[in-house]
Amino acid sequence: MKDHTKAHKYWRANLKLLAILLSIWFLVSYGAGIIFVDFLNQFKLGGFPLGFWFAQQGSIVTFVIIIFVYVRKMNQLDAKFGYTEK
Amino acid sequence: MDIQVMTYIIVGITFAIYIGIAIWSRAGSTKEFYVAGGGVSPLANGLATAADWMSAASFISMAGLISTQGYDGSVYLMGWTGGYVLLALLLAPYLRKFGKFTVPDFIGDRYYSNVARTVAIICALFVSFTYVAGQMRGVGVVFSRFLEVDVNTGVIIGMIIVLIYAVLGGMKGITYTQVAQYVVLIFAFMVPAFFISMMLTGNIIPQIGMGGKVADGTFLLDKLNQLNTELGFAAYTDGSKDKIDVFFITAALMLGTAGLPHVIVRFFTVPKVRDARKSAGYALAFIAILYTTAPAISVFARTNLIQTVEGKAYSDLPSWVGNWEKTHLLAWTDKNNDGLVQYRPGSAVDGKAPLFAGTVGAQGNQIVTNPDMTNENELFVDRDIIVLANPEIANLPVWVIALVAAGGLAAALSTAAGLLLVISTSISHDLLKKQLRPNISDRGELLAARLSAFVAVTVAGYFGIHPPDYVAAVVALAFGLAAASFFPAIILGIFYKKMNKEGAVAGMVSGLLITIFYILKFKFDLFGGGGKEDWWFGISPEGFGTVGMLVNFFVSIVVMKFTPETPEEVQELVEEIRIPSGAGDAVAH
Repeated sequence: MKDHTKAHKYWRANLKLLAILLSIWFLVSYGAGIIFVDFLNQFKLGGFPLGFWFAQQGSIVTFVIIIFVYVRKMNQLDAKFGYTEK
Repeated sequence: MDIQVMTYIIVGITFAIYIGIAIWSRAGSTKEFYVAGGGVSPLANGLATAADWMSAASFISMAGLISTQGYDGSVYLMGWTGGYVLLALLLAPYLRKFGKFTVPDFIGDRYYSNVARTVAIICALFVSFTYVAGQMRGVGVVFSRFLEVDVNTGVIIGMIIVLIYAVLGGMKGITYTQVAQYVVLIFAFMVPAFFISMMLTGNIIPQIGMGGKVADGTFLLDKLNQLNTELGFAAYTDGSKDKIDVFFITAALMLGTAGLPHVIVRFFTVPKVRDARKSAGYALAFIAILYTTAPAISVFARTNLIQTVEGKAYSDLPSWVGNWEKTHLLAWTDKNNDGLVQYRPGSAVDGKAPLFAGTVGAQGNQIVTNPDMTNENELFVDRDIIVLANPEIANLPVWVIALVAAGGLAAALSTAAGLLLVISTSISHDLLKKQLRPNISDRGELLAARLSAFVAVTVAGYFGIHPPDYVAAVVALAFGLAAASFFPAIILGIFYKKMNKEGAVAGMVSGLLITIFYILKFKFDLFGGGGKEDWWFGISPEGFGTVGMLVNFFVSIVVMKFTPETPEEVQELVEEIRIPSGAGDAVAH
């Protein structure tokens, strides 16, 4: 059995990052776009009811940002643990 | 110039480009055929993934669906993009590190079992066939309008074209063709959106125009809400589906996205794990351009449609109405004999499509023989034509209309080709090479792959001609199946080292079976059928994939507890997958 201590530390850091990003993912789509949509619709963003905007625009934009943040953070994590690919 | 001539020219040019690329980059080995040799750059892969991913459903159907459903249509927007987050964060990097050709490869090796591999192959075939049928239908719709042929003839023409370049080029040809197709489809989608947004709201960016004001100073969305409610529809920004159903459908689409074999296999084509992560980001960014524009188009199209047709005499309607009538995708039946078009909730005709008597009424309209007299709606508009007819409805120049046709074809063909590749790979690689005939030569395997692509196109064409439902709805079902079968098996395979073969197989089988059962019962009227009031927990068949997914997870974990532990070397394999360095090539084996 190989020694996995370093790998396990890396894995835990990875899981923590995933938990944070997926919480945001859940909040903008299922939260703002579905569960709280009626509540948010009483606010307006230009001509958009806010909940409707999250469901049809805001959630998608946030998704793109989430992935790019993930890419950046993971590259930093790889470098920190010496797992960067050549 | 006449629309039809222009369409021939623009579609002809784009097709010449695709076929040229397919010939230039044709596959010489199985590795090139399956994963393009594993040497595609993240940006090119992102573009290709976006084209592969955005199908006829995204391009042709989605805006039309949202246009009729308003807020309820958000499930498609959030579902089909949100799944990418799961794919990028939970699957793509690890599957790239694993480094084989297909999803059944992963399942088979991770769960050290040919039974698991076979179950995965069956799931892949199920999902891909359902999905590809939707694409062929989309191709048929486009051809039928612009070549002025019957929708079935359109499907057959589409089959022949897909066959040429999927069979010839394999993954390598498909990847580079898809890059070109992305450019064509996004250009075709955006140009009319810019025009119409400018005309309606004075703002050229559709995402902003959608929230902007129209000429009389009211907000566009308020105006549309008012039009909708005056005619008896639900307010556009409110929607009418149950919250729980919206939740489950969105989840099924997200989880299904992450489990679609033709999208996952894309991440095997880049050289490194970090490239897999990055290319998922690029892919979603490219997809988001279309996905944030589509809801704007829905709003524009619906506003224009209502204002163009409502309360007008049929003979005063613009020429696009008559053109679409020829395809049987649009019809008017004057139920109250006042000579004016009334657009109301409810189905204008009895059954799925209008039947024409072959005679023409006083205003030049085709006489419909199957009007549904239980409601007042007189206008039948197939939702799949909204995007295609949109530039005509807004009176845009002829070249824009032709461009949209080329874009719709690019979207449908790129996805169909990607799916056919998964189908042929499942048969030639996973089934033939890995199980039945391990000694088969590279050449023989390539031949088998091409033959199975041929068979797959034929079967897909059959379903395109006899579709169970609308394009987007058919596709949504494919997602439910993917969510219920692959997603849990792959996630557990990566994140739960102790998951064993017994658990995974039992989970996939039960998830798939219960979902198929539910769909057959409520969509195809088998096992006693049933209507909306019989749905379990108020969840529609489109959303049931989420339940299938939960069943899959549950069964997997319970069965695992009572069966032998995962062998040491497989647990080592999982440890390996979790760290990125040393991904190596996508190796033949």
